[in-house]
Order: sequence, then structure tokens, then C-alpha cells
Amino acid sequence: MLTGKWLDIGPTTQIQPGSARTLPVAGGDEIAVFHTMRGEFYALVNKCPHKAGPLSEGIVHGDTVSCPLHNWRISLRTGEAQGDDKGCTPTIPMKVDAGRMFLLREAVIGPVAQNGVAA
Amino acid sequence: MNADTGFAAASALKERLVVIGNGMAGCRAVEEVLARDPERYAITIFGSEPRVNYNRIMLSPVLAGEKTFDEIVINGPEWYADNAITLVSGDPVTAIDTAARTVTSASGRVEPYDRLLLATGSDPFIIPVPGHDLPGVVTFRDLDDVDKMLAAAESGGHAVVIGGGLLGLEAAHGLSLRGMSVSVVHLMPTLMERQLDEAAGWLLRQELERRGQTILTGANTKAILEADGCVAGVELEDGTRIKADIVVMAVGIRPATALAKAAGLAVERGIMVDDHMVTSDPAVLAVGECVQHRGACYGLVAPLWDMCRSLAAYLTDAPQGYEGSVTSTKLKVSGIDLFSAGDFSGGEGAEDIVLRDAARGVYKRVVLRDNKVVGAVLYGDTADGSWYFDLLKKGEDVSPIREALIFGQAFAQGGGALADPNAAVAALPDDAEICGCNGVSKGQVVGCINAGAHSLDAVRSTCKASASCGSCTGLVERLLAVTLGAEVESGPKPMCKCTSFTHDDVRRNIVEKGLRAMPQVMQELHWTTPEGCSSCRPALNFYLLCAWPGEYEDDQKSRFVNERLHANIQKDGTYSVVPRMWGGLTNPRELRAIADVVEKYDAPMVKVTGGQRLDIFGIKKEDLPAVWADLNAAGMVSGHAYGKSLRTVKTCVGSEWCRFGTQDSTGLGVKIERMTWGSWMPHKFKIAVSGCPRNCAEATIKDFGVVCVDSGYELHIGGNGGIHVRATDLLTKVATEEEAMEMCAAFIQLYREDAHYLERTAPWVERKGVDWVRAQLLDDPEAVGKLARRFSYSQKFSQDDPWAARVAGERRDLHAHLAQVRPLYLETV
Ligand SMILES: Cc1cc2nc3c(=O)[nH]c(=O)nc-3n(C[C@H](O)[C@H](O)[C@H](O)COP(=O)(O)OP(=O)(O)OC[C@H]3O[C@@H](n4cnc5c(N)ncnc54)[C@H](O)[C@@H]3O)c2cc1C
Ligand code: HEM
Ligand code: SF4
Ligand code: FES
Repeated sequence: MLTGKWLDIGPTTQIQPGSARTLPVAGGDEIAVFHTMRGEFYALVNKCPHKAGPLSEGIVHGDTVSCPLHNWRISLRTGEAQGDDKGCTPTIPMKVDAGRMFLLREAVIGPVAQNGVAA
Repeated sequence: MNADTGFAAASALKERLVVIGNGMAGCRAVEEVLARDPERYAITIFGSEPRVNYNRIMLSPVLAGEKTFDEIVINGPEWYADNAITLVSGDPVTAIDTAARTVTSASGRVEPYDRLLLATGSDPFIIPVPGHDLPGVVTFRDLDDVDKMLAAAESGGHAVVIGGGLLGLEAAHGLSLRGMSVSVVHLMPTLMERQLDEAAGWLLRQELERRGQTILTGANTKAILEADGCVAGVELEDGTRIKADIVVMAVGIRPATALAKAAGLAVERGIMVDDHMVTSDPAVLAVGECVQHRGACYGLVAPLWDMCRSLAAYLTDAPQGYEGSVTSTKLKVSGIDLFSAGDFSGGEGAEDIVLRDAARGVYKRVVLRDNKVVGAVLYGDTADGSWYFDLLKKGEDVSPIREALIFGQAFAQGGGALADPNAAVAALPDDAEICGCNGVSKGQVVGCINAGAHSLDAVRSTCKASASCGSCTGLVERLLAVTLGAEVESGPKPMCKCTSFTHDDVRRNIVEKGLRAMPQVMQELHWTTPEGCSSCRPALNFYLLCAWPGEYEDDQKSRFVNERLHANIQKDGTYSVVPRMWGGLTNPRELRAIADVVEKYDAPMVKVTGGQRLDIFGIKKEDLPAVWADLNAAGMVSGHAYGKSLRTVKTCVGSEWCRFGTQDSTGLGVKIERMTWGSWMPHKFKIAVSGCPRNCAEATIKDFGVVCVDSGYELHIGGNGGIHVRATDLLTKVATEEEAMEMCAAFIQLYREDAHYLERTAPWVERKGVDWVRAQLLDDPEAVGKLARRFSYSQKFSQDDPWAARVAGERRDLHAHLAQVRPLYLETV
């Protein structure tokens, strides 16, 4: 089990099944939170490993999303590109409890450090 | 009402085992302990419910009137007596003192223990909407709940069940058998989405609706309404109100952990236990739905039995650890056969094998990963459920029987699993029926292949095998392969890898069979994938929209981002916005509004497009509704520059200004655009009207082009710019504007009804031949009128400005961010 502070990002009903919504991070990379048709939730940095397409706007299939720009398929579980394409988008651990979504607070900082904003 | 069967005195010298929870896990654990060592413990069981141990899962048949309570009792009073168990029922435990090793009950009874077992089960989750605590709002967990439902059902009336999962549907079934009119309100688009995929969920829904239940999916409960202090109805987020005399909340369960938490035991979602069901306090164990083991909480009985075995083994000093369970589900609704197990969400390396039998209403799907069964969903025929479940649990490599797997155990193990599937077909006797629809035998198919039918299509048109429903296509293809070897001619290409049907077959079947929903098309036409793919879904969505205007509800999930967001996505993730300028005309007010938008939203570029529009670039998705609001205010609507739809009508200045002009090309262009805007097409569609044969509007490279001449209007079709430039073919010449417009509408409708999705008019006209198009439109004097009327009927439902709807607040979720997050380091400074 992961330990750390969980950040409440609101009720699950805010995201329609089969779609995603976005969560800008001040000074960091935007996060996309996905709700699959089967009722699972995943959070990823909203950047395709190919050319940074906004994954939140792609068509969600099973537990993958097709990038809206050039149709790469990205796994929502691992962030990895499927098929012959190579690349990986960072994922952010999240959980759902009593109808609310939580992101692992510590993970939200990750992309910022990568960009060199944080010390 | 509480009872005490009291055996404490007789067993003073034994170790004291106290059990909290007289439910399924608690009592099974005791049974397992007794089976191993009947003498070891002096046992006391506390239960909140004022009754003996019964089979909770059979409450559904009790509600439905198929069983009585007496029939579902697992252990009656004599069991407690025979085993010298003290049952304290109707008296819940309210506190545990782990230091003193005692528990205290509501009535004040204090019971010491050497070992304590928590088996408190789960609490139904109640969504905290206004009115959730009104009388008449019930949950479905114990016999008292069933009694409340039965009391309500006595006077008939309306029941609303919130939650379309296993529990909710069993409650709905029971109440409906008891004579209530039942509505099920479910948040997700698919019933039982945790257990079923879209295809099976749709079949289930059809069946429940056939039985008279109202099923509302994608429905979010906003409030429970009250009248005279009692429940009176349910209001949904979208404003819908449903009458209700009773509301059943069946939205989920949460492990009952309050007692454990108060006692200081480690609790996350459930009470944390190790592989021997021991909690963070070595003297305290826990079992059943209240526990969390290796991160998992369970809501079914099968895992409890495994847990109880490990627990009893540990308590009798022969530990054998519990390693977690794989679960399977069946729905206990009479007449509905449904089975689900494991993981079927697809994803990395997962392979689906799907079998559909539309005539019998059967859908079977087995999911493989690395040649092992990892999931199964069965509807209509669940005979092989336990076999698949067994394969799944064993993790056996199924590649030797892969070809026959989906046909079930009898077939796969009965010699059906020949390494070469062609050999199986070759082994069939000549009189074996191949095509059930048309009654064609193997002998007849082979005969017609030998007589020269060397492709699927040829077989279909000669002996009719696989020409109707198509479910025997695979068999016919195998027969072709067996009979001809390598000489099989490939037939027309199927629509995508999910089906053997071509675009034409699919379109024909949708109309002929009256198929009105996407899962219905997939079931009836034997799709080999559970939910289609990103290539057939948008196509089917269009075909259904075209076939059933005003009836079929557009499926936004099957649309690409541009058609979902009504703007064109750019490579940096921003959008471009093109407002409609009818016939390419504009005015100061529109230009001012566009200029203002460009400044207000800091758009980095404005471009004049080839279609005589202005394109505003670099707009963020969250700003789109505001941009549209400003454009709407100046009278502009969506330009559909993003859609498989009518894009633009380009005009030249025509007779009003130009010295060569023969007719009012601008005026006609505006009229045509007013008539055709908003229509969904197989692909994008561009029109132009030129005022004379100089053709400044380039009408002869458009999908539909009008070239005005002195005596009337030349109508051109099937032109295209781009990589493969194609000049139009002349369709015909007409004398009046009205005729030109009617022909335009008719041509568009013909294209909409016949072309394949993503086929522009140019390749379509080449495929069908100009003569065919002419014949369709010109041979029968009534044809144009009929087509044009169908077009104008469908336009009734598509000429709403999608931007205005978004401005008014529709689908805010697509545009607004969830929230803004500050990274941790900003908080710590
Ligand atoms: C209507 C219905 C249909 C179901 N159908 C199926 C099915 O088809 N298949 C399937 O596998 N599962 C089914 N289930 C789920 C199954 O019943 C549960 O998984 C199972 O009952 C859990 O057993 P348990 O002992 O953990 O909890 P329970 O059986 O709920 O037992 C817990 C008991 O502890 C008591 N208790 C709680 N707190 C205290 C306290 N402080 N002091 C004293 N007593 C306390 C409760 O009153 C309850 O009697 C169904 C459930 C319901 C409600
Ligand atoms: C493979 C083919 C094509 C693709 C992918 C394509 C793509 C696009 C896109 C994305 C836009 C919208 C730009 C925006 O507003 O963001 C556009 C507009 C346009 N395209 Fe194409 N296009 C194709 C073929 C053609 C062809 C063949 C023509 C010419 C006949 C053409 C003419 C235009 C014109 C004139 C516009 C401006 C929009 C308008 O006002 O109609 N395109 N195209
Ligand atoms: S097409 Fe003819 S009428 Fe239209 S602008 Fe050109 S020359 Fe003038
Ligand atoms: S940016 Fe995602 S596929 Fe190209």
C-alpha cells in the first residue's frame, strides 16, 4: 500500500464514464484523470509520449486511450504506449473512496521536479 | 428482542472464543473450527440481528417470493445448542477493550475473550443526497430490509431502485414480481458495469425492459423527494422526476469497521489482516466482508469460505495461509442467465474471443492474456461458466484448445479441438447444416464452390449460404479454403476487423432489421469484439444516425475529439474556431465580434480559409464556451469546420456585382447553406456556387457544385481538391433555383444513405459509377422528391447550433478543469 498524503479532487460523478477531465498543476504538468466504461479511475500526466498530445481528449477504450493527435494507444494503467510505439507517460497513483477521488499528493510534484522548477 | 442461549458455565475451562457477527462468515468460521477441533473453544457469538444464522444471499429469492425465511436458515437454534455455543442475538457489541480482552454489548453485557473474531460484514452505502433519511428509503442487507420492502409492495405502487448492480437488480426483480412498477436508476452507462461489458449489459437491459422495468442509465440522483413526511419520488441531476412509494438504495457496500477502528486496530478500507486473518492485535482475528487482505476487500461469499478455512486452520494450530481469491458472479434473477469472472477490461496483450448467437440471444466472451484465460462474460448460455472459471483459476495454457474454447467444454474436449480448424470442417458430413437461415448443407456449399463460386460473395449469391445473418461466414470461408486450397478469391473487404460484414451489408441490415442501437447491431451481426473499435464505432454511430433521424441518440463517446468539442484540435492541444459565414458573406458586426474574440483571448493567428471563412487559432478548451458565447451574441453559429458534415458553401459575387454574372450565385449559395448546414455526412462535404462558367468559386472541385449559366444551373458532383484532384461530373442541368436546391438535397441524401463512412463523394462516385448516381436521381421522377424530403426531415433534428447548447451549459465537464492543483513545494514555503 502506498503511503502519503491523499489529495481530495472531488466526487467521481464529475467525470463521465468513458471520458477524462483535466487538472492543471501550478508550475507543473497538467494531469488527466480518466474514468473508464468499467468504472475504474486513472491519473496520468496529460501528455502523449509521442508529441505531447492531450490524452484527456482521446477516445477511451477498455483501459487504454487513443491520443487525439496521431492515434497512439496509451495504457491508462502503466502510461506505456501500446503496439509498436515506444514511450511512456508518467502515471499518478490515485484511489477512490466513498465516491470521492484522491491523488497521491507526493506524486503531483514529480513533473515539476522534472521541469526543474522545484529544487 | 434479544436472546441468550447460555452455555458459559459448562465450558469454563476452555479457551474463550468470542465472535462478533452472527452472519455468513462468522458462523462458517465457527463451523470450520468445530470441524477441526470441537472441544477446544468455549464459543460465544454476538449478533445485532435478532435471529439465527441464515443465508444472506438467499434474501433475493425471499423477496421474490421463491423461498421463505425458514428455508434459508443455515444454522437453527439446535446447532447452537448441540455445539454448546452461546448466541447473544439482537444485542450488538458496542466496544472492544483489547487491553482487558473484553467486549461490551449494547445491553451492557461484558464478555471476556482469549480470542476475538470480528465478522461484522458490511454496511450498505447511502448516498448523502437530500432526503436520504426519509421513511421509505431502505437498503437491501438483512431480513428487516426485506420485510420493509414486502410491506411497501403490499399496496403496489412505484419503486425506485438506486443502483443497477447485482443487489439493485435483484431487488428490482423481487419488487416487480411482487407487483410494483419498478424503475432502476444507475449512474453508469452499463448495468452491472463491474461484472459486464457493454454488450452483455445491453442484452440484460433489453430483457429487463421487456419485463416492464424502467432502466435509466447515466442517471445521477440529485435528491429524494418528500410528501407528508414520507418518500414520494426521486429527482435526477438532469431534472427528471420519478414517482416512488419506496426507494431502495443499492449503490454499494462499505466494510463495517467502526468497532475495530474505535478499538485501535489497523484499518484502511477494511480491517487489515494477514494471511491467517490476524489483525494488528494478535488476539483479534477478522474474517468476511469487513476485512482487507493484501489490499483487496470482497463482496461475495466464495472468498469468505477460503478465508474461514485459513482462519480455522490457524486457530487449531495447523496454519495454512490464505492467498486471496478470484471471484465470479451470477445474477439470481429467474430466467436470466448471466455469468462473469475475472478481468475483461482489455488492455495490454489481452485477446478477446467472442461468440454471438443473435437468434438465441447468446453472447459469450472469453479474455485471454499470454494464452491463459483471465476473464469471461457469458449471457444467455452460462453452461460453461464454471469451466472457464476453473481454467482461469488454474491459469492453464489454453493454446491447444484455443480454436474451440469459445464453443464450450463439451466441444473443446470432445475432439472439436483439432489442431487445424479446417480439418474439423472437412470432417463434417455432407448433410451437416452450414447456413441455418437459408437451410444450406455442407454438400450444397461444396457443390456450388466446385461449380465455380470461388469467393465468399460468389457463394452467397449462388447457394445463399451466409447471405442472410452472416453468422456462418467463418464456416463458409473454411469450406472455401478446404475445397479450393489457395485459390480462394478474397471478397469485398469487411468493415473492420470486428466483423465479416462489409459496410454495405451493415447499412442494409440496419435498415432491414430495424437495428436501432449500437450494441444491437453488434449482437445481431455477430461482431467478434465486445465493444467494437475506434474504426467501426464512429461509422456505426453515423449509420444509425442516418437511418433513424430523431430517434437514435448520438453517442458522443464514439466521436473523435473535434466532433465532441465542436472545434479543431491543433498540434499544441489548443483549438481553432471557425464561425459560419453563410455563403462566405459577412458584415461589420460579425467582423467586430471576431476581432474582439481574437484580442480578448489573445489568439495568436487569424486566417482566411480556402472555404471563405475566418479561422481563429490557439483557443484553449476551457475558453471555447466563452468564445462561442461572444460569437453567438453577434449572430454567428458553429461553422462545423471540424466535422464529417457540411463544411462550407463557397460562392462568387455573381450577377449582383460581376459583369459576367448570369444568376445570383451568392444568394443561391446562402440558401443552400441554410438548407444543408448541420447535417452529418459520411465524410466532410463542400459545396460551391459560381455565377458563370468562369467558375471563380471553383465549383468543379467540390462535392456538389453549381455553375450558373444564362438558361439555368449546371449541377456537378463528386469533385475533390487535395492529393488526388478530381474534377466533377456533370449530373444534370435545371432551370430554377428551387430545382437546383432540391437536387442538391437529394444528392446529399443519396450520399448519406449509400456511401461508406469516411468515403468522400469523389471515390464514392467512382466506385458506384456516375451512371448509377444519375440513374438513382433521374430515372424515377419521384426519386429526387423522396430523397430531398428524407433529407429535410433529418435536418429537423440536426440544425441546432451545438455551440449555443454548450454556451447554455451543456457538457460543462468537457471544457472545465476539475480543479487547480498546487504542487507540494509551493505549500511548504
Ligand atoms: C440481497 C443479497 C444478495 C446477495 N447475493 C449474493 C450472491 O448471489 N453471491 C454472493 O457470493 N454473494 C452475495 N451477496 C453477498 C453476501 O451475502 C456477503 O458477501 C456475505 O453475507 C458476507 O458475509 P459476512 O459474514 O462478512 O457479513 P454478513 O453476512 O453481513 O454478516 C455480518 C453480521 O454481523 C452483524 N454485525 C455487524 N456489526 C455487529 C456488531 N457490532 N455486533 C454484533 N453483530 C454485528 C450484522 O448484523 C450481520 O448479521 C448478497 C448479499 C445480499 C445482501
Ligand atoms: C487528407 C485530406 C485533408 C485533411 C486532413 C484536411 C485537413 C483540414 C483541416 C484540419 C482543416 C481545418 C483547419 C482548421 O480550421 O483548424 C482544413 C480546412 C480546409 N481544407 Fe482541408 N484537409 C484535407 C483535404 C482538403 C482538400 C482536398 C481540400 C481542397 C479542396 C481542402 C481544403 C480545405 C479548405 C478550403 C479548408 C478551410 C476550411 C474551410 O473554410 O472550409 N482540404 N482541412
Ligand atoms: S464565376 Fe463568373 S460570375 Fe462568378 S465572379 Fe467569376 S466571373 Fe463573375
Ligand atoms: S502526440 Fe499522441 S500520438 Fe502523436
